[in-house]
Amino acid sequence: MSTPLVEAVETIEALDTPARRRRGWRSPSFVLGAALLLAILVLALMSLVWSPYGLDHTDPAARLAGPSARHWAGTDRLGRDQFTQLMLGARTAVWIGLASVAVAFVIGVPLGLLAAAAGRFVENAVVGVIDIVIAFPTLLLAMLLVTVYGASTAVAISAIGIGVSAEVARLTRISASRVFTQDYVLAARTCGTGPLMILVRHVLPNIWHTLLVQAALAFGVAVIAEASLSYLGLGTPPPAPSWGRMLQEAQSTVSVAPWNVLLPGLAVAVTVVGVNLLGDGLREVLDPQLRQERQAADR
Amino acid sequence: MLSYLIRRVAWLIGSLFVAGSAVFFLLRVLPGDPAVTLLAVGSSPDQIDAIRHQLGTDRPVLAQYGHWLGDLVTGNLGNSLFTQMPVLDQIAGRLPVTVPLALSAFMLSIVVAVPIGVFAAVRRRGLLGVAVSTLAQLGIALPIFWVGIVVVWLVAVQWRALPPGGFPRTGWQDPGAALQSLVLPVATLTIAQGSVLVRYVRSATLDVLSQEYVRTARSLGYSLPRALWRHGPRNGAATVVQILGILLASSLLGTVVIESVFALPGLGSLLLASVKSRDLPIVQGTVFLMTATVLVMGLVVDVVQRLVDPRLRART
Repeated sequence: MSTPLVEAVETIEALDTPARRRRGWRSPSFVLGAALLLAILVLALMSLVWSPYGLDHTDPAARLAGPSARHWAGTDRLGRDQFTQLMLGARTAVWIGLASVAVAFVIGVPLGLLAAAAGRFVENAVVGVIDIVIAFPTLLLAMLLVTVYGASTAVAISAIGIGVSAEVARLTRISASRVFTQDYVLAARTCGTGPLMILVRHVLPNIWHTLLVQAALAFGVAVIAEASLSYLGLGTPPPAPSWGRMLQEAQSTVSVAPWNVLLPGLAVAVTVVGVNLLGDGLREVLDPQLRQERQAADR
Repeated sequence: MLSYLIRRVAWLIGSLFVAGSAVFFLLRVLPGDPAVTLLAVGSSPDQIDAIRHQLGTDRPVLAQYGHWLGDLVTGNLGNSLFTQMPVLDQIAGRLPVTVPLALSAFMLSIVVAVPIGVFAAVRRRGLLGVAVSTLAQLGIALPIFWVGIVVVWLVAVQWRALPPGGFPRTGWQDPGAALQSLVLPVATLTIAQGSVLVRYVRSATLDVLSQEYVRTARSLGYSLPRALWRHGPRNGAATVVQILGILLASSLLGTVVIESVFALPGLGSLLLASVKSRDLPIVQGTVFLMTATVLVMGLVVDVVQRLVDPRLRART
């Protein structure tokens, strides 16, 4: 029953207006994701000025104690306050996550743009490199680097950043190539616009929203990778607390203090679910085409 | 097809060469002398020189590189620094743990996750469908080792139903005990891999559901399951093959963490222990083999995709 009038109305309904965009910000996944992530951020930031106990504080009388008024999340086998560890661990996770994503984008985005903008030969070479880096999973890369340098925060950030950069480069190349085939790019080129100007004026404005969503997802990947590395003893070395090492220590006492396992795992999950939901929400807000498809599918 | 195969194999050999070189140069050319990091603080220069000679790092880098490539082609990965045993033998000794672990988790997650993923897509607005998708999302977000610890606590500590970890020293000579010690690791790896697979299968099915041919089949009187069954596999096959390739690779890598959770003497724990003791030849060999496996699997995926999907063949 698609009369021209119905089609016209549908087109207007699907138009990307500021009002609709504002409504997008209220999508449930965006709000929930932002709230979860905010909780972790507050924990991390608050640890800079206040935590229940100091980093080195131990309470030998209350080793492996359950949650109580004095120790909200109980203590570990050395009598360290688990809530303090959790807050400081949030700081480690957020810091390593952000730094790795920054490394990934500083490497990945220029590489992807270069592949999309340059000729076929360069593009093939870059694609080949990306394929090989993707075959080198983050974990193996981290192991190689730790073998040479020993475990440190910088090694964890470099390994995670390089590992994630391959995916960023791949996505940047694909979205930028799509823009490069557009008529308006051809028109700009005909007018004598240089490649750099085309990148700034046409390509980046059209791909930044895809990259932003990717950055959110990459942050989640980085947080899980950081936790895995420190669980294996390859991440940030002690005494800096991290969720992964808390879990590794809690595993050895799981038969007497199972509650110590719960919170660090939950913290990782909250962070990752949070950024994934946030990414979904951002995509809906920023990508008018996707929103139209969703609306069409729901009709 | 043949010319494609030849080109693809040539590409694989090139990638293997680049990957092998990358492993070599990452471990050798980056600043930091393995010989110094290997020895305790305060070792005499003579001791350092001896280790350098044993590692071969006293020779020019290019000579070492040529040596490593030559050995690689003949299938020699060198000897362990500490036990002096050939790296290849050590790796082979670990495969009876890692291969069954990775393969059974891979197959089990297909058996479990494919029906669940299709169900979640067909019933995407139903309560159960949404619940399943949410659970899968949670399964992806939780670190795999956390799932493992909880499984150990529940099954091994609370119920005392299975051993919490380890592997019989006699290996597969006692098949019952060996199988028992693999149950929890396989289950954990399956939960992690299955969650990822559910998401993939769900979105692939949603994709097929929105295609015109499904609507046509429905209008011809096919029920939804029949329409999906008739057109889904053939049309989605190429995507499925690609996903399975990714899944197999990540199952193999997942064993590194899983073996650490369950104290299994597999390839992953060999690698982890060698990283910590800085046994360069073992790290180099294991990482190269794992990367090579991923690259070879990529080739198999590409070739099988072309076999099952004529549309890809036509493009060449």
